[in-house]
Amino acid sequence: MREEVLKVISNEPIAKDTYKMVLCGAAEKQKAGQFVEIKLDGFTLRRPFCVADQDGDRISVVYKVLGAGTRAMTEIKEGEELNTLTSLGNGFNLTLCDRPLLIGGGLGIAPLLYLAKELKRQGKSIDIILGAKNKDELILIDEFSKFCNVYPATDDGSLGFKGNTVALALTVEGDYDGYYACGPEIMLKNLSKLSIDGEISMEARMGCGFGACMGCSIKTTGGYKRVCKEGPVFMRSEVLYE
Amino acid sequence: MSNLSVSLFGYTLKNPIIPASGTFGFGYEFSEYYDINCLGSIALKGTTLEPRYGNPLPRIAECPAGMINAIGLQNPGAEAVVNDELIKLSKVYEGKVIANVGGHSVDEYVKAVEIVSKSDMVFAVELNISCPNVKGGGLAFGTDPKTAENLTREVKKHCDKPLIVKLSPNVTDVTELAKAVEIGGADGISLINTLLGMRLCLKTAKPIISTIKGGYSGIGVYPVALKMIYDVYKVTKIPIIGMGGVSSAENVIEMMYAGASAVMVGTQNLIDPYASKKIIDDLPKVMERYGIEKLSDIIGRAHNA
Repeated sequence: MREEVLKVISNEPIAKDTYKMVLCGAAEKQKAGQFVEIKLDGFTLRRPFCVADQDGDRISVVYKVLGAGTRAMTEIKEGEELNTLTSLGNGFNLTLCDRPLLIGGGLGIAPLLYLAKELKRQGKSIDIILGAKNKDELILIDEFSKFCNVYPATDDGSLGFKGNTVALALTVEGDYDGYYACGPEIMLKNLSKLSIDGEISMEARMGCGFGACMGCSIKTTGGYKRVCKEGPVFMRSEVLYE
Repeated sequence: MSNLSVSLFGYTLKNPIIPASGTFGFGYEFSEYYDINCLGSIALKGTTLEPRYGNPLPRIAECPAGMINAIGLQNPGAEAVVNDELIKLSKVYEGKVIANVGGHSVDEYVKAVEIVSKSDMVFAVELNISCPNVKGGGLAFGTDPKTAENLTREVKKHCDKPLIVKLSPNVTDVTELAKAVEIGGADGISLINTLLGMRLCLKTAKPIISTIKGGYSGIGVYPVALKMIYDVYKVTKIPIIGMGGVSSAENVIEMMYAGASAVMVGTQNLIDPYASKKIIDDLPKVMERYGIEKLSDIIGRAHNA
């Protein structure tokens, strides 16, 4: 973890209620799957966001307007400085498997962009399932299409496979020896239907974001673990859902 | 050269700043961020006799001037705290700490206190009779003076170290509880624990946290805490450790004026992991601004002003 003041380079909408913010001044290279926490004026707790991309000292985060905090974020202008904690959490294991399938649902697609780029740098071929309610809410598809084989899945069938990401993954899982996934809780839970295991990046309401408050502890086969500290990335098989 | 040291039960703290229980884990993880030897002491995460997972998620709800938590005393149990957590802490921290103990019954409190108070690293035990997040215990011991007095007396018989009793603000008159635990044999009092509060989701009208209600803390509770410390100082002779919404060196001095011998920093550690260190670093210049040479001289100054 590192406390740093990052400068906003851009803060633009990329889909319905969804924005991408680019910040510069990061001293460390973030691991794919790690997250940052941004302090917003007028709000007590920091907001955690997975790193969606990093290029040199520039970090991108993608956020959806879900409450007062994220609504206030949309008003942040280029040039503003934000107090930020970076390099939080554990990140994905880049050597998890030889032939990975990436599975992203909704806003959970965002951290997989940085992961996909890191895996590509290792020379791996990247296949990714991108899921959303409909094609208008499917984010970052153009960016992934530049270097990945993209398999879209939409609940209403407006783009690609009609159905959810897990249903699509079940039809192709034989080609892979592992997966990386991020998305809604129900999606991550249902990944247990696959015969292969993989890493999932989890979300939780956090107090601190760096392991102090125990606000985000989950039950795992290895005892209680904090989403913010031992996570947010866990093996799917170790997470015990209630 | 300003003198920051204070004394608690004959033990000298290099400064009065102690991260509050539940906001600093078992301490050692903060040594990744700064040298925690700058701290006056550390209050450990609330510990029970047996390991506890705590409450289901979500456990956290934000408020404009603070937060509500309903962790529910997640901890690995008293034996593991002494045998694992304190061993890890001893590698990065040279000082002594305050163990915080919670429970559901007199027997459970007594057994847990017996275990943690034997550790050489523990210079005092803080008895949590004010946790709002544990069903059938915790707060139940902290709202009735006679019950609090009896629990304090029983625990004191089995505690090798000075016993601090942590009081709840969720009572009509906190001074009644303070007097009761002093009669019961408490060596010190800490206050305030969190205030009961709740938040609702605007979309669903359902409570945000899983247990409906939780404990409210943060800068919004500071004036409430200050007033209770001021009131308790008037009715007891034992040292007070003040806490509640402390976020600056100025807050620390004001709280010591009200009667605190030492000050715990809580929620601010969760917003800013360097908060306790920053407050310690700021203290000398704030003391200088107000003409304070020796911090221990100002304890209770408001009562003679």
